[in-house]
Amino acid sequence: MNRIDATFEKLRQTGRKAFMPYITAGHPSLAVTREIILALESAGADMLELGIPFSDPIADGPSIQRSSEWALQHGTTPDKILQLVADVRQQSQIPISLMSYYNPIFYRGVSSFCQDAARAGVDGLIVPDVPVEESGPLAEAAQVAGLDLILLVAPTTPPDRMQRIATASRGFVYCVSVTGVTGARDSVSEDLAPMLTTLRQTTDLPLVVGFGVSNPVQAGLIAQRADGVIVGSAIVDRIHVCRDDPQAMLVELHAFTSDLSAAVHDHA
Amino acid sequence: MRPDKQGHFGEFGGQFAPETLMPALIELETAYREAQTDPEFQRVFQEYLRGYVGRPSLLYFAERLTKELGGAKIYLKREDLNHTGAHKINNAIGQSLLAQRMGKKRVIAETGAGQHGVATATVAAMFNLECEIFMGEEDIERQALNVFRMRLMGASVRPVSSGTGTLKDAINASFRDWVTNVRNTYLLVGSVVSAHPYPMIVRDFQAIIGEEAKAQILEREGRLPDVLVACVGGGSNAMGLFHPFYEDRQVHFIGVEAAGKGIETGQHAASLSAGGIGVFHGAKCHLLQDADGQITPAHSISAGLDYPGVGPEHSLYKVTGRAEYVSITDAEAIEGFQLLSRTEGIIPALETAHAIAYLAKMAPQMDQQQIIIVNLSGRGDKDVQSIANVLENF
Repeated sequence: MNRIDATFEKLRQTGRKAFMPYITAGHPSLAVTREIILALESAGADMLELGIPFSDPIADGPSIQRSSEWALQHGTTPDKILQLVADVRQQSQIPISLMSYYNPIFYRGVSSFCQDAARAGVDGLIVPDVPVEESGPLAEAAQVAGLDLILLVAPTTPPDRMQRIATASRGFVYCVSVTGVTGARDSVSEDLAPMLTTLRQTTDLPLVVGFGVSNPVQAGLIAQRADGVIVGSAIVDRIHVCRDDPQAMLVELHAFTSDLSAAVHDHA
Repeated sequence: MRPDKQGHFGEFGGQFAPETLMPALIELETAYREAQTDPEFQRVFQEYLRGYVGRPSLLYFAERLTKELGGAKIYLKREDLNHTGAHKINNAIGQSLLAQRMGKKRVIAETGAGQHGVATATVAAMFNLECEIFMGEEDIERQALNVFRMRLMGASVRPVSSGTGTLKDAINASFRDWVTNVRNTYLLVGSVVSAHPYPMIVRDFQAIIGEEAKAQILEREGRLPDVLVACVGGGSNAMGLFHPFYEDRQVHFIGVEAAGKGIETGQHAASLSAGGIGVFHGAKCHLLQDADGQITPAHSISAGLDYPGVGPEHSLYKVTGRAEYVSITDAEAIEGFQLLSRTEGIIPALETAHAIAYLAKMAPQMDQQQIIIVNLSGRGDKDVQSIANVLENF
């Protein structure tokens, strides 16, 4: 059983939901990213979504655009990110899913990318510009390498299509909570409840909700219905504000994500 | 040729789009296929092309240019004479009719040089559609006149400062807007790029160029041309000319890309001539990228060719050898710009000047019985000021 499945199994036994922060690798530096990952885990993160920065992130809002530009300007590459994951694995077994747009994966070769990622200790892949129709080659390479290719559903996805996506997804289903790009919102989208209801009828995979979740109140509300909550931009913004003072950043992040984690874990 | 169900042209094309947009892309394809077989839609489209755009555009025999170059007979397909001064309006009319058929009241578009933005703002004004144009901050400065035109026609122009502040970032921003407003908004893509079905739709709406050219040359010369030449940025004017000749294997296609400051300098926009294969803006195609698969900025003196990707059907033409792709530097394009102005009294767009510059190289090598058709994709008024600056000592 891989780390993602094992973690959900453990959470299920205790009736808990998963808290899954997103950060962009190399923002503000790869060395600090390593510290951030360990801090997030100690603050109660159950899993991690680690972004590979891309030059043209069409599904992302201003926060993750900015962190991606920053990381690229500071020399972050897929090779260095895989090395970072391998380093983190010396100290942590937290499930790590890489978020990458398709071109960096395609350019390296889908098979070698998946093999290299698995060898470094990556557990899953989230590729926002590969919909189920185009997922065949990547899904096959991921499966051979032992990685979960996690597919996304959106509020615009019709029910029959949700079923097709859920059937093809591995590890969990990434539920995009808003019709829009990534980025903090204040409230929980009304689109979410019907989407989760439909998905529950079609799959036993865990349902993890992301996009637009920015505070513990929202995270707690979502955790009542979903199996996990992803928070990205709100964390990335805090990293950016403290980018010149990593120690203060780690303290701030620990406090913020402890609150998020508590909200997700104590949802009931 | 038809792409497959997911819009693949051979190994190229496809639908590499966020899930939020997939239902909209599927809906668009369904609506388009219905419109294609609806005689009323086709009649209305043709009516606007005739009555508003001013089609058919002329096929003009460039006698003095032919003599000056001393080789093949040169014909110019005069898309510069269309309303708004470029081929872009053909597609803008077609897609805005499609938008209305789909009940969308708001259209958005990306623009580089501003020609597609102007064409979209134009049809939006005529059809009374809300219109927003995304344009890179750098391009807004370079193309102030087109920005004013768009605003004059009621469009709002949204500056894009992210990334390099050019066309590719404007496309990113239009995608992000569409992801957010997909339920009431039509994304009016301006070239044969992006996720399926856009490359097919834009090609089909631009194919009027080649259809007319074919009929016109048969009438004038009683035979097909030997060579078709067109500039390629995203590739819509070239595909519009080439596509109706696809089965005529004896007709040679030449696409002219922007070599910028020279391919060897790395500062160019020649994705087919010098790029690799990747996935960008929704489709698998040739593109400019670094060793980690990051998209690298393109460079061209012509904002309309300043794009690091290319339409997927061109990528197929390239690998199958159906078309030949060459490149022309900024300096050569300026010579082409002057050559056509001086010999024919026609000032071409800087984009088109790349095709003219290549013509000047190839026509003298051909014999006088041979025929070349060049797509004169746009007029050069918009570029006169920037060329005047380059040619200060002219």
